[in-house]
Amino acid sequence: MAAKRAERLVNLVIALLSTRQYVTAARIRATVPGYEADDGSDRADEAFKRMFERDKAELREMGVPLETGRTSVFDTEDGYRIARADYELPEIHLTGEEAAAVGLAVRLWESAQLAGAAQSALVKLKAAGVDVDTSRSLPIHPRLDRGEAAFEPCYAAARDRRQLEFDYRRPDEDSAVRRQVQPWGVVAWHGRWYLVGFDLDRQADRVFRLSRVAGTPKAVGPAGAFEPPADLDLTAVVAGQAAGEEHLVLVHARPGTAVGLRRRATSLGPTPDGAEDRLQLRTTEPWALADELAAYGSDVVVEAPTEMRDAVIARLTRLAALGEKS
Amino acid sequence: MTASGTTDRMTRLLALVPYLSARPDGVALAEAARDFGVPERQVRSDLELLWMCGLPGYGPGDLIDVSFEGDRVRVTFSAGMVRPLRLTTDEAVALVVALRTLLELPGLAEREAVSRALAKVSAATGDAAERVTPVAVSVDAREETLAVVRTALEDRRALHLHYYVPTRDERTERTVDPMQLLLVEGRWYLEAWCRRAEGVRLFRLDRVDDVVVLDEPAAPPPQATSRNVDDGVYQPGPDAPAVRLRLARAARWVADYYPVEDVTPVDDPPGGLAVTVRTADLAWARRLVATLGGNAIVDEPVEIGTQVAAEARAALARYGVTPGSGG
Repeated sequence: MAAKRAERLVNLVIALLSTRQYVTAARIRATVPGYEADDGSDRADEAFKRMFERDKAELREMGVPLETGRTSVFDTEDGYRIARADYELPEIHLTGEEAAAVGLAVRLWESAQLAGAAQSALVKLKAAGVDVDTSRSLPIHPRLDRGEAAFEPCYAAARDRRQLEFDYRRPDEDSAVRRQVQPWGVVAWHGRWYLVGFDLDRQADRVFRLSRVAGTPKAVGPAGAFEPPADLDLTAVVAGQAAGEEHLVLVHARPGTAVGLRRRATSLGPTPDGAEDRLQLRTTEPWALADELAAYGSDVVVEAPTEMRDAVIARLTRLAALGEKS
Repeated sequence: MTASGTTDRMTRLLALVPYLSARPDGVALAEAARDFGVPERQVRSDLELLWMCGLPGYGPGDLIDVSFEGDRVRVTFSAGMVRPLRLTTDEAVALVVALRTLLELPGLAEREAVSRALAKVSAATGDAAERVTPVAVSVDAREETLAVVRTALEDRRALHLHYYVPTRDERTERTVDPMQLLLVEGRWYLEAWCRRAEGVRLFRLDRVDDVVVLDEPAAPPPQATSRNVDDGVYQPGPDAPAVRLRLARAARWVADYYPVEDVTPVDDPPGGLAVTVRTADLAWARRLVATLGGNAIVDEPVEIGTQVAAEARAALARYGVTPGSGG
C-alpha cells in the first residue's frame, strides 16, 4: 500500500476514534491530511469523494466499525465516527500456558485464508499485551487444510451465508452435476474436508466432499440469504452420515493370523475343536468390514450373523472369478 | 480478506502502537519484528510512518511519539491508540476452531490450558463467536500414544514400540529415534529413524501399540533427513512397478483416494475406470484388490489376480462353497 494512503487511513482512524461527535465528510476533508483539498472545483470534489469512498470500504473490510449518523437534529448531513467500545479488542489476559496453546493452535492452519487470519489474530493478541512465543520450534507439524482448492470459496460462502453453486462429481457417477446449496460450514473429518449444507434441488441436508467438487464454487446472490439451524453440529452431520447402527460380528481366525482384526477384537477363546480363535468385532460400517474380512482369505471365517457370512461369501465368489479371466 | 498485503500493513500499523503501549519498558526492535513476523527494516519503516500520524491539529504534541534507546523502542505518546482492533470474523474463526481442534488432541497441549484459552478468546471475540462457526475439525485422537510420542520428542529420547503393518498383517517390534510429529490428512504420523530398518520411516500413530519412552537419548544419524509430505504420505518412486487395474463403478473411489496415473474411462466393467498405481509393495496391491471384493480387475501384473483368486477359492472351500456352483 502506498505510504501516503496508509498514513491517511491511520490518521482517519485516530481522528474518528478521538471524537464522540459525528464528523462530516467535509470536515474530514478539511482536517485529515492527505485528502484532495477543496478548491471549489467539481474535479477536486469528485477526486475526494472517490478517495473517501475507497478509504471507508477499506476500513470496513478490515473490521473497523465505522458508524454513520448525526450528532444533533440541526445537522444537515450524516457524519462519521468510530465508537471506541466497538473498535477495541476487549481485555484479554492469558497465562504462559494458555498463550502457548494459542501459539500451537494457530499452526494448525495452512490455507492462505485461515493462516493469514490466524496470523493477524495473533498480531492483535500480542498488541493487547499477550506474550505468545511462536519462535520456540516444536517438532510438531499439524496441518489441517492442505490443498483443497474448494476450501476458500466454500468457507467464505458459509461465513457470509451466501448461496453456493458448484459442479459435483460422485465417483459412481459419470459426469459432474450442478448443485445449488445453502452452505452451513466446512468440516474436516477423518482427514477429508466436507461441505455441509442444504441442497436446494433435493430439498434436504447434504454432505459434499470438497475433493469431488469440480472447478471453483461460485457464491451467488446476497449475503445473509439463509440461517443455518440453530442447533447445528457440523461434525455430527458428517459423522452421522457415515456412521450407522452398531453390529456385532463373530469370526474364527487361525492362530497367529488376522493380527489387524485382533488389535480391535474381543477374544472369546478357542473354538470347540481348539483349532482356531473366536473373535468378536463391533462395526458401524458392516460393508467395509465385509471387504476387510474377505481380504483375509482362508485365515478368517465368519460365524455370525448370516448376513455378514453371505456378504463375505459373495465377495469371495467374485474374487475367485478374477483368476478365471486370465 | 485479511490475507491481502494491503490489509496486512494496515493491521500492523493499527496494532503497533498498542503493542508498544502494552510494553512500557520498551521492546527490542528484533523482538517486535519477530512478533509481527516481518523484517526489522519493515518495523522501522512502519514506525517512521506512524510518527507522521496523530490527533487532528497534528502539532508536535498531537503526533504519535516513539523513542529509541539503543535498539529498544518505546512509545511515549499513543494519540489514543491504546488497544488493538477487534478480531474479524475470519480471525475469530481461525483461533476458535484451532483451539477447539487442540482440545480434541489432548496429548498435544495441556487440556486445561487450552480450554481456558478457548474461553478467554471466545469472550474477547464477542459477536463473531456467537454465530455458528462455519468450520469444524475432527481429528483421530489416539491420545495416549500421542502424549507419549510428544514427551519423547520434547525430551529427545528414543522410543520402543510395536507397529502394525497392514500389508503383511503383522505386528513388528522396533526401537526408533523420533524426529517429528506430522498431522497429514487427518492422521498423525511419527517420523523417526528406525534402527531395525536403518532408515527414516513414517509410523501412523493408530497403528502403534505399546509405546514406551526409553532412557537412552534419541540419536537419529546424520543421514536421517525429513521427508517432504506436501504431496501426501504415500509417495511411490517413478520406477516402482506399475499395477494396472480396471475399477468397477463401486470401486472408482480408489482413484480419489490413492495417487493414480493414466486414468481412462472403460466400458468393461460398465462405467469403469482404468488406472495405474505405482507401488514397490506388491503385497499392498494384492490386499487392495482383495479388499475391493471383485470390483477391480487386475490387468497387470497378472499374478496378483491369480493369487487373490486362489486364496478366495481356498476361503470358499472353508465355507463349503464351490465357486461356479452358484453358491
